[in-house]
Amino acid sequence: MALTAIVCDASPARKALIREWCGLAGGRNLVTLLEVKDLHVSFPTADGLVQAVRGVSFDVEPGRTLGIVGESGSGKTVLTQTLLGLTPGAEVEGSAVFEGSDLLRLDEDELRHVRGEQISVIFQDPLTSLHPLYRIGWQISEMIRAHEKSVSKKEAADRSIELLRRVGIPKPETRVNDYPHQFSGGMRQRAMIAMALALHPKLIIADEPTTALDATVQAQILDLLLRLQQDSGTALIMITHDLGVVADIADDVMVMYAGRAAEKAPKRDVFYAPHHPYTKGLLESIPSSKAAGGRLKPIPGQPPSLINLPSGCKFHPRCGYVFDHCLSEEPVLHPVAERGAHTSACWLPANAAGLSAEAEELREQVVQAERGAEAAGVAAAALAELGVSGGEATAGETPADNEGSVA
Amino acid sequence: MAQRTQQDDDVLVRVENAVKYFPVKAGGFIKHTVGQVHAVDDVSLVIERGKTLGLVGETGSGKSTLARCVAGLIPVTGGKVFLNGTDITKLSRGAMRPLRREVQMIFQDPYSSLNPRRRVGAIIGDPFAIHRTATGAERKRMVQELMERVGLNPEHYNRFPAEFSGGQRQRIGVARALALRPKLIICDEPVSALDVSIQAQVLNLLSDLQQEYGLSYLFIAHDLEVVRHVSDKVAVMYLGRIGEAAPAADLYDRPRHPYTVALLSAAPAADPDTAAARQRVILTGDVPSPIDPPAGCRFHPRCPKAQEICARVEPPLVRDNSTAQPAAEGQPPDDSGQPATDVPGGWAHVTACHFPVVPGENLATAGAAAGSAGKGAVA
Repeated sequence: MALTAIVCDASPARKALIREWCGLAGGRNLVTLLEVKDLHVSFPTADGLVQAVRGVSFDVEPGRTLGIVGESGSGKTVLTQTLLGLTPGAEVEGSAVFEGSDLLRLDEDELRHVRGEQISVIFQDPLTSLHPLYRIGWQISEMIRAHEKSVSKKEAADRSIELLRRVGIPKPETRVNDYPHQFSGGMRQRAMIAMALALHPKLIIADEPTTALDATVQAQILDLLLRLQQDSGTALIMITHDLGVVADIADDVMVMYAGRAAEKAPKRDVFYAPHHPYTKGLLESIPSSKAAGGRLKPIPGQPPSLINLPSGCKFHPRCGYVFDHCLSEEPVLHPVAERGAHTSACWLPANAAGLSAEAEELREQVVQAERGAEAAGVAAAALAELGVSGGEATAGETPADNEGSVA
Repeated sequence: MAQRTQQDDDVLVRVENAVKYFPVKAGGFIKHTVGQVHAVDDVSLVIERGKTLGLVGETGSGKSTLARCVAGLIPVTGGKVFLNGTDITKLSRGAMRPLRREVQMIFQDPYSSLNPRRRVGAIIGDPFAIHRTATGAERKRMVQELMERVGLNPEHYNRFPAEFSGGQRQRIGVARALALRPKLIICDEPVSALDVSIQAQVLNLLSDLQQEYGLSYLFIAHDLEVVRHVSDKVAVMYLGRIGEAAPAADLYDRPRHPYTVALLSAAPAADPDTAAARQRVILTGDVPSPIDPPAGCRFHPRCPKAQEICARVEPPLVRDNSTAQPAAEGQPPDDSGQPATDVPGGWAHVTACHFPVVPGENLATAGAAAGSAGKGAVA
């Protein structure tokens, strides 16, 4: 606990030092703020069980930013809302230890003290998250007074003005009395951030905070979040579908697909040495200046239904490197780099990471070999059935035929 | 007034000084107009045959209003819109009807732009019914051909939109737009509601269709990388005016308007090194109200390079001659220089700015200095 406090107050440079020291001491988890282990969330519906989150584990350290990336329906929002008890009716398994207590085992009263005070959330659409009939200042004051009973109305109002000033709202003394509709989209999101900061939380969960905003306003908001985080040492979970946002502000990245982590790594590894074919596909399908005017490389097909998931690896129907093993068994996260921080849930060998031609060749070789082995197996079995021995001669030809049918 | 800078054979759409104001009403029983929203204010542009003109700008910059004026969906307050040489702003409803086949739209939200209670076959077949081009079995055959062309299973003819995913619904929208073999398709944020992996599928489809049918696109999007990918020419709008227009590569590599520079620097790049190395031009404040746009250059209250003249004199949209001789700092370029004859959408790089950004200029640091100095005067 004491160490956590030191880290919270430390400058970014010192934090890095402390983290390194903790790493050397062999206990990365010494300073972990939030530790989610094997979280499962499912919703019973008339059509069947919707398996929104299927066994996700991750850590958040103080002052760090974790980016969670995924398409709609990948479970990224359900994941974080479950931590705060915002998914009523869901069947939840696993644990989420925040500062020594398991969030999933807290009762409603205890949870209320965590929400807003310890962990606060910034939602995507600030217009629907702010009450249209109350003044902005009142809404921030209410939040302060609900948690800190000793604060007077006057003090809370003053703190609201100070918070609005901190998030860059011009003339906060007068704007504090405005209603949400009098604010522009960017200003509303700033007001939401002010509210999230009001009680000095240790962790902020930002759920697509800039998706509804214009590019120039998005830049302002990301800049603000980054600056506030550096000032206060708050940890941040940034949920987004936009890899550009992640490239900008995350330290670590978790790529989610069909309710599971497909890949988890420090930011640079995800962008420059992606291992999972889904991560690679996402990066390649973004239009960029390098490929201007040419054809994009989309990921074929569409995300699976969470009620009726495919067998084995959930990405296999859309994957270009699929072989037999992928259809039968679902891979779990395994380290793909020496340091162990970069993990990927894919059957491809650990060294087949990256966007380079060599990595691509290696992947192709592995897939060829696997498919060849399958074909040989099938051929041998067929020959054995016919009572013919020595299937080596035919096995050499079959991979080529087989490739055509698979691709 | 007619500007003939290009062969008319190449030009499908020519917009001349289009103006669109929306009245702001007040009062209880007796409504009276208290102001005008200057949604589109004196915009000229051309869209060439078989090419794509990208239109970028923030919310409220007038992109969608301009697109609707081009499609003839809303009447213009002033100016002319020529489609294939015919001014559509003066036509009666009946005379307009055959021309409507030439221009179709694809909308942003694939959920709200399809009637949930009608079957997909009927939705895509509507254009044939409205224009009485095909009936019965023939219509069904044509619809199924279209479905196949955009990558939908023709056997799903009798399904409802709810049975399709977001990407597939957008394909339904594309098929409907394609039905009457239009010459121009207006794409209003066609991929912004889609996931990244699906977005690429739809963009590839649009580019295939363009080559196959020689379509022209007016492509509106807020994602600058998407616009760069699909567009031949790009025009940047700010508060109802075009601030800069150029061939796509030219605009992205050598932006000259400070707003374009800020917009490009604000776009998120999916590359950590680029993101870290880039110096963002963070604009202060929000877009001013289009009811009462600022005098002079409309961007001047937020511009890091703004000077006294910018608040008084509106800069004309003129051709880029900076490569030959960059304008000296602090000196407005010679007014008698280039006349504003280059229409956005053509091959010239045109900019409406008194002090265009020169290559190599660092607006991020310049903004910090000039911005703090100029802010007092502006605010």
